[in-house]
Amino acid sequence: MEAEKDNQQKSRRSFVEQGLKFGLLTAASGALLAKVFGKSESPDAEATIEVMSTDGTLMQVPASAVEHTHEKKSGYNPREGFPNRKFVMVVDLAKCRNARKCQSSCNKNHYITGENAWIKIYKMQDSEKSAPYWQPTLCQHCDEPACVKVCPVDATFKRRDGIVLIDNERCIGCRFCMAACPYSVRVFNWSDPWQGDSVEQAEYTPDYAGIPSQKGTVDKCDFCPHMIDKGELPHCVSACPNDVFSFGDMYEDTVTNGSGQSFKLSKLLKDRAGYRLMESLGTEPSVYYLPPSDRIVDFEEGLENYTEFKSVDKPQEP
Amino acid sequence: MNTAYEKMIHDLAPKKFSWKGNAWVAVLVLIILAGIYSYVQQLKHGLVITGMRDYALWGIYISNFVFFVAVSLVGSLITAILRLSDVHWSTPLTRIAEIIAVAAIIMAGIAIIIDMGRPDRVLNLFVHGRLQSPIIWDVIVISTYLVLSILFLYYPLLPDFTLLSKHFTGNSKLAKWYRVLSLNWSGNERQVRIYSRSIKVLSVLIIPVAFAIHTVTAWLFETTYRPGWDSTNFGPYFVAGAFVAGSSAVIVVMYVLRKTYKLDDYITDRHFDLMGKILVMLSLLYLYFNINEYLMPTYKSTEEEAGHLRSLFLGEYAWLFWTAIVGGLVVPVVVLIFPQGRKPLPLFVVSLAVVTGAWWKRYLIVIPTLSHPFLPIEGVPEAWRHYSPTWMEWSITAATLASALLIVTFLVRFLPIIPIHETAEERGLLEGQSVNK
Repeated sequence: MEAEKDNQQKSRRSFVEQGLKFGLLTAASGALLAKVFGKSESPDAEATIEVMSTDGTLMQVPASAVEHTHEKKSGYNPREGFPNRKFVMVVDLAKCRNARKCQSSCNKNHYITGENAWIKIYKMQDSEKSAPYWQPTLCQHCDEPACVKVCPVDATFKRRDGIVLIDNERCIGCRFCMAACPYSVRVFNWSDPWQGDSVEQAEYTPDYAGIPSQKGTVDKCDFCPHMIDKGELPHCVSACPNDVFSFGDMYEDTVTNGSGQSFKLSKLLKDRAGYRLMESLGTEPSVYYLPPSDRIVDFEEGLENYTEFKSVDKPQEP
Repeated sequence: MNTAYEKMIHDLAPKKFSWKGNAWVAVLVLIILAGIYSYVQQLKHGLVITGMRDYALWGIYISNFVFFVAVSLVGSLITAILRLSDVHWSTPLTRIAEIIAVAAIIMAGIAIIIDMGRPDRVLNLFVHGRLQSPIIWDVIVISTYLVLSILFLYYPLLPDFTLLSKHFTGNSKLAKWYRVLSLNWSGNERQVRIYSRSIKVLSVLIIPVAFAIHTVTAWLFETTYRPGWDSTNFGPYFVAGAFVAGSSAVIVVMYVLRKTYKLDDYITDRHFDLMGKILVMLSLLYLYFNINEYLMPTYKSTEEEAGHLRSLFLGEYAWLFWTAIVGGLVVPVVVLIFPQGRKPLPLFVVSLAVVTGAWWKRYLIVIPTLSHPFLPIEGVPEAWRHYSPTWMEWSITAATLASALLIVTFLVRFLPIIPIHETAEERGLLEGQSVNK
């Protein structure tokens, strides 16, 4: 009964979502249709996309033309995401010894110049008598994202492939998403990020967060769609010397770690009793954790790298 | 010739400021100029000029915003609720309450824009607004309340504007302005009918909207998971607190105005006595909500709540917390229970304490919660663990408060602060007297 209600709600929600998306497409379709039907050249026959016109009729439009209206270099809409994918990450706490390579690689590749990294390795201890462990924490890319729920301008959004991103050209800097996020993963550009000419002049796209960062807007981990697009793993995953992170696609039921080993996701989560952070809040994260049991690494080792008050290494001042 | 009536118009017509009034305006303008300087710096360098950082992501801009929204609620209390309950003693206070409401709600809107990282994109709220976001609810209810409050200030002024345009015959410019603003009010039967009906409709409409503005403001916090904000008590708790803040603000202003304009005939000791009683009742109500808000989470002391509550009761915010609760609520209630405490001067002092306590109470609602996130605060400079506002932040906040007072001052300069027509009507001075004569 409960499940049925849930399903109904979900299908209603997805219906509404689809309606909205059709609406968005329709908004763009004025110019698009003029382009498709106005020109005499025949549109590509093979791939078509169904769109709804303003009077409610469904019509087939060549897919290539739809893509053309979104000026996106790699051929997918950064607000929609990769079709038929659902990205997921597994963080194996038994392997983390706070090497912080994930953090430095993320900082470097996203040109983070602030004081707060997008991936943090917390020193955790759940209770006095239980063992301490290191917990790499990045954006959880929740399926029920609290941040997206509260955003007043649709600047932060959830894609079909599970990734939560921020449109820094729309963000008004109200920081409500930061207040709403229980995982404290969002950072704000309190001042000009000063990332250097090459980054600052780069063309902005939401699927490569930090290129460039913008004063007065919110940033966070983007799950590296720009790497996925190239068929590569996110920076943190490949940088980790201990194979703590595995990244993959829920639909393929496979995750791959930095050394290239692949695992069956469902089996991994079952065998190792995977869990998600603050499950009780109902945020449905896309990041799973494997508990720090049977550890092959010593917690103490990580203390060498532990910097309580720093997560971004700054270049030495001249 | 009705001399009592003539005297009343003479007493209550707006007057030029004395040197004191001008000095007051000058001080306010200086504070505002300093704030504008700081705000220009903020636009140039970003919110880095404030004490806010990724953990303390909201600060006094937001707590000050909540304070303004709270104060603005009083317009609906004194003008609408009392009017609808057929309470007439409050008539001389209605305009003061409505002026405060308008000034506060205008500044609430400005305060929220000041907090934005990208004020240049404020129009995105309308272009890309999402109805699912409590911020959009706030935009909708606050703008609605602003319009209703202005109308609610304006309608009862129509007869007074006509009176004033006749009174200021010596000053043709002023008289002309009043005549234009009076919308040709002559007091004929049809006008009176529309006028009384509009005021009645507005009185009814403004109450749910007033409750909505502060409930939605509470929801801005309540819709998050954070300890200290995650409370089902928040809506009514905010509304109760708002009435406390607003009615004490009215008492402060009515004391100053009575003293400045020698209005003892109109704002009598009885008004102070009754306002004092209202303040006791509202403070007790707010105390009751405070007990609910703090006692039950303390009883359970879940891990998340306990850290937050400890910082309030015993930790770094304890001094502020107990001063606001004891000095801003408990002591005022005790003083105001005694008739001597409700005399104008003691009531004025107590109300000043209540309104100051109310400002800090909002600080205590917004800031401590943010220093107690679910995950540890690590990897950021130690200073980020605690929030302390910078002087620029203070100067901008002071400028918003000064602007609210300047709006009040400006309206006091040009509007009759005691509704002339209504008061005359209630005193039976209009027998055989037609307004349009």
